[in-house]
Amino acid sequence: MKRLKNFLLLLMAVPVIAFASEEGPRLDKAPVNLSDQASLQRGARIFVNYCLNCHSAAAMRYSRMEDLGLTEDQIKENLMFAAEKPGETMTVGMDKKEAKGWFGSAPPDLSVIARARGSDWLYTYLRSFYRDDSRPTGWNNVVFDKVAMPHVLWSLQGEMVPVKKKEGEHEVIDHLELAKPGSVTLAEYDAMVGDLVNYLTWMGEPAQLERQKLGLVVLAFLAFFFVVAYYLKKEFWKDVH
Amino acid sequence: MSALQKVMGWVDDRFPLTATYKAHLSEYYAPKNFNFWYFFGSLALLVLVMQIVTGIFLTMNYKPDSGLAFLSVEYIMRDVDWGWLIRYMHSTGASMFFVVVYLHMFRGLMYGSYRKPRELIWIFGVLIYLALMAEAFLGYLLPWGQMSYWGAQVIVNLFAAVPFVGDDLSIWIRGDYVISDATLNRFFAFHVIALPLVLIALVAVHLVALHEVGSNNPDGIEIKKKKDPVTHIPLDGIPFHPYYTVKDIVGVIVFLMVFSAIVFFGPTMGGYFLEGNNFIPADPLKTPPHIAPLWYFTPFYAILRAVPPMFGSQFPGVVAMGMSIVLIFFLPWLDRGKVKSIRYRGPIYKLMLALFVVSFVGLGYLGLLPPSPVATILAQTFSVIYFLFFLLMPWYTSIDKTKPEPERVTG
Repeated sequence: MKRLKNFLLLLMAVPVIAFASEEGPRLDKAPVNLSDQASLQRGARIFVNYCLNCHSAAAMRYSRMEDLGLTEDQIKENLMFAAEKPGETMTVGMDKKEAKGWFGSAPPDLSVIARARGSDWLYTYLRSFYRDDSRPTGWNNVVFDKVAMPHVLWSLQGEMVPVKKKEGEHEVIDHLELAKPGSVTLAEYDAMVGDLVNYLTWMGEPAQLERQKLGLVVLAFLAFFFVVAYYLKKEFWKDVH
Repeated sequence: MSALQKVMGWVDDRFPLTATYKAHLSEYYAPKNFNFWYFFGSLALLVLVMQIVTGIFLTMNYKPDSGLAFLSVEYIMRDVDWGWLIRYMHSTGASMFFVVVYLHMFRGLMYGSYRKPRELIWIFGVLIYLALMAEAFLGYLLPWGQMSYWGAQVIVNLFAAVPFVGDDLSIWIRGDYVISDATLNRFFAFHVIALPLVLIALVAVHLVALHEVGSNNPDGIEIKKKKDPVTHIPLDGIPFHPYYTVKDIVGVIVFLMVFSAIVFFGPTMGGYFLEGNNFIPADPLKTPPHIAPLWYFTPFYAILRAVPPMFGSQFPGVVAMGMSIVLIFFLPWLDRGKVKSIRYRGPIYKLMLALFVVSFVGLGYLGLLPPSPVATILAQTFSVIYFLFFLLMPWYTSIDKTKPEPERVTG
C-alpha cells in the first residue's frame, strides 16, 4: 500500500515540475469572474465596438448573449451592428486576403482565443502596447513583439512609451509610462480590459458555468451511489474468506 | 417450467446463451485475492464503450473537411444539445484510456501476468495498446487545430525517414504532399471505422484467451492447481459474477468520480488533455515553435529524440522508438524468473522494475519539453535503462534470489 502511495505521488508530481519549467513574459492575473454578469455585459459591449470590426467570432451567435442576462431586444439594439438576425454568428465583412495585405497577417478569429492564449496573456497583452515609430502601425507590444495589430484602444488608454534599463550589454524594456493621457485613467482602462477579457473568457466556452453546476450534481450522485455500492459489495463478500 | 425457463430453453437449443453466461460470468472462477490493481481491466472496457458511444454522437455533428472541421467542433461545443459534455467525455476518455491501460500493463509487470500460460493474453494486450495508440493519433487530427496538424505532420514524417521508400511512403499515408483535406478524410475513416473494429476484435480475443487459462493474481500462483475434489472448482476461486461484478461497480464509481471531476471542472487538465495551441485553427504556413505530442506518447517521443541522427538520417531514432514497443511483445520469453509475482521476486527485479518506472515516467516528462542539452542527456540515460530492463531480463531474473511461493493465495 505504501509503495502504491509513493507511485501515485510521483505521478502527481510530474505536471507540477512541468509547470515550474515554463518560461515567457511575466503575465498579470486577469480579473476573471464569470458570475459577474454586469462585467460580462460591459465586456461584450467593448468587444462588439472595438474588436468585432476586424476580428470575427465565427463560432459565437449573438443570441447566446442571452446567457449574460440580456434580452433579445437588448442584444439587437445595443450589440448587433453587423448582423440581421440574433441567430447569426459574429462574422465581419473584412476580406481575409485584403486584411493580410493591410496588416501583414489576417486578424485571427476570436471565438476561442481565450482558450488558445489564456486570459492572463490577453489581459497583459491588451495593456502592453507602446509607441514605436519603427513599426508600420506606429505601435509595438511588450508581450507580442512586432505584433501586426495596432493599438485599437489607444484613444482610451492614451499613448504609452517604454522606459528602458540596461541588462548587461542590451537595453531592455523595464516598464511602460503614460506619455499622452487617453479619455480614461489607467485604472479605468485596466478595469475595461478586465471586463473585455472576462467576456472573451466566457465566449471561449459559453457552457462553462453550466458545466461546473452540473458537475456538482453528478459528483453528489456518484458519492451517494458509492455508499450504496460499497455496502452491496460488503454484503456479497461476507462469505468469502 | 416457467415461461422464462421455456424461452431460455428455446434459445439454448439454438444458441449457447446459458453456457456462455456460465463460462464467462457465473462460473468463471477468478482468484479471490484481487487487489486495487485488478480494477483497471474492467475500467479499460468501460472507457472503450464510453469512447464508442460518445464517438457515435460526435460523428453525427462533426465535419471531416479541412475547411469546416475546426468550427464544427466548436459547433458541437456550443449549439449541439449536451455537445460540450459529449466532446469532453470523448477527449477526457482518450487520456483516461491511456491512464487505465498504463496501470493495467504495470499490474501485468508486477505480478508476472504475461508468464506461461498467459503469453497470448499479453501479446493480444500489446496489440490492443498499439491499436489504441494508432486510434488516438488518428483522432487527434480531427479537431484540425495547430497541434493536430503539426503533430500529424511530425509523426507522418517519421515514415519519411525510412531509407529508399520513405518519401513515397509518407505521401502514400497522407494522400498528399502535406497534411491536407485528403489526410483528414482518411484519418477520419480509420478513426471511426477501421481502428474501432480492430480494437473490439482484439479486446474479444484478449478476454477469450484470459477466460481459457484463468486470471493471474497478486501471488502469481495458479489457483487451478488446487481444486475441490468433488466440484472441481478452484479452492481459491470465486465466481466472477456476482463477486467481482459488485466489486467492480465500486471501482467504476470511484473511477467515474475522478473522470467527472476532470470533465466538469478541468477538461483541459492544464493543457495535458486538451492543448491550448489546439484552439488555434490549423495553419499549414505557420509552424508552431514547439510541437509536443499528447502526454501518452511522450515517453516514446523522448526515445526518438534521444537518438542522434546518423549518416544524416533520423531513421535510427525511428528504429529505436519502434524497438521500444516491439520489445514489450517478447516479455514472456525474456523473463526467466522462478516466480511470477513481485511479492516473491528478489531485490534485483524489484530494483529494475523501479528503475524502469522512473525511466518511463521520466521519458514521458522529458518528451513534453522543448529539446535542450541537459534534457537530451537525461533522455539518453532513461532510454538506455528502458532498453536494459528488457535486454538484460533473461540474465537478472535468472540469478535473482526469489522467495518460495505459497501453496494457496494469501489475503
